[in-house]
Amino acid sequence: MRVLDFDYMLGLVPVLLRYLPLTLQMAAAGMALALILSCGLAVIRVLKIPGLNAATLLFISFFRGTPLLVQLFLFYYGLPQLLAFLTQINGITATIMGLTLHFSAYMAESIRAAIVGVDRSQTEAALSIGMTNGQLMRRIVLPQATRVAVPTLMNYFIDMIKATSLAFTLGVTELMGATQKEAAGSFLYFEAFITVAILYWIIVELLAWFQRWLELRLNRAYRR
Amino acid sequence: MIKIANLVKRFGDATVLDGIDLDIAQGEIIVVIGPSGTGKSTLLRCLNFLERPDAGHLVIGDLSVDVTRASRADILAARRRTAFVFQNYALFANKTALENIAEGLIVVNRWPKARAHARAREILERIGLADKADAYPASLSGGQQQRVGIGRAMAAQAEVILFDEPTSSLDPEWVEEVLGLMKQLARERQTMLVVTHEMGFARDVADRVVFMEGGRIVEQGPPSQLFNAPRDPRTRDFLRKILAGQPA
Repeated sequence: MRVLDFDYMLGLVPVLLRYLPLTLQMAAAGMALALILSCGLAVIRVLKIPGLNAATLLFISFFRGTPLLVQLFLFYYGLPQLLAFLTQINGITATIMGLTLHFSAYMAESIRAAIVGVDRSQTEAALSIGMTNGQLMRRIVLPQATRVAVPTLMNYFIDMIKATSLAFTLGVTELMGATQKEAAGSFLYFEAFITVAILYWIIVELLAWFQRWLELRLNRAYRR
Repeated sequence: MIKIANLVKRFGDATVLDGIDLDIAQGEIIVVIGPSGTGKSTLLRCLNFLERPDAGHLVIGDLSVDVTRASRADILAARRRTAFVFQNYALFANKTALENIAEGLIVVNRWPKARAHARAREILERIGLADKADAYPASLSGGQQQRVGIGRAMAAQAEVILFDEPTSSLDPEWVEEVLGLMKQLARERQTMLVVTHEMGFARDVADRVVFMEGGRIVEQGPPSQLFNAPRDPRTRDFLRKILAGQPA
């Protein structure tokens, strides 16, 4: 057994960090779009809008029922053969699209559960003082649903950051893709992949700290 | 001034309100009594359109509406003219006591925040919870929560406050403080329509007691008459049962 090449690992960190922004940008874009889409899907599910509700159920079923990697290959390699205008799609766009659709299916269900979980009597109380449905949602239901949904949504965001590593299979040189290239050049596979693993780990831990801080803040009203 | 005429509410095949007629004068305190499941709460909920009545006509202050043709605007108008106190308090869990009381003023009446908070502080003073302004509902006792619930109803300056069994969820130790606050409102001649099983409150405070059974008003009158000389055998039967369990 040989000794780990620490100098190589330390030297690799700044090289890999150059690709961190792309990883985070893909995750941030995916999360922002997934939040919008999943809120829409959740509202359709809560209000049981005819037609759309069935379509939403099918959407959620498909994107939860198939692997993310399969979905990414489908968007990047498969769809352009059917739809000509998609031949221009690059790996980054396909990744963001895949992350958005895949994660919004999961997030829609947790947002729906959070909305439905807000005590029904508060809804009646808000209506009884003459609030409109919009005011009721904005002032009473959504702030409380947010508190319930944030921990799970943060978990999905963390998952999504890790899932961006699949973009390297679409030829995107992000954190994982860059590591792969460096490792192939140096043949120090263990050093390279343990370094990138630690980088992902640190990012996730930082987010977990932020998550705990956010939860404490959101729970202020509920401490006895 | 409130006029309820021929109010009907059905749930599926069951007729829960079977033609209710009731007039309430300004400043009048009416207590509704009767067995469980007779539609007392449904009557209150229909006045506030938490339930949509199936037939009838309502006059609440300057609003006059045929309930089958009530538009969204009519429903909002009816809600703004009636305030509701819930059995389980139903305070907004994400808002402090002060914010619970000010919320309607800010959102519904579009008052500036400072003015709404000033009014909410006056109300907190009146309900004896000035020191709890910044407390969230989770940290208040049941009695305190219900007083805030009443404070929220007071803030609305509605034609009438509808009380739906306001003490039924409370531990016995908190019942008196809530009834005390309701008595204080009664002395100030706040128009009130109260559904309760507290016969002592009905006897002491009500101008008129209404006995309901099977979705209908069976008998009504001043408490002295209704409690001491009920005319209808169903009223006598109900009072005998309920008073057997309570000190006279």
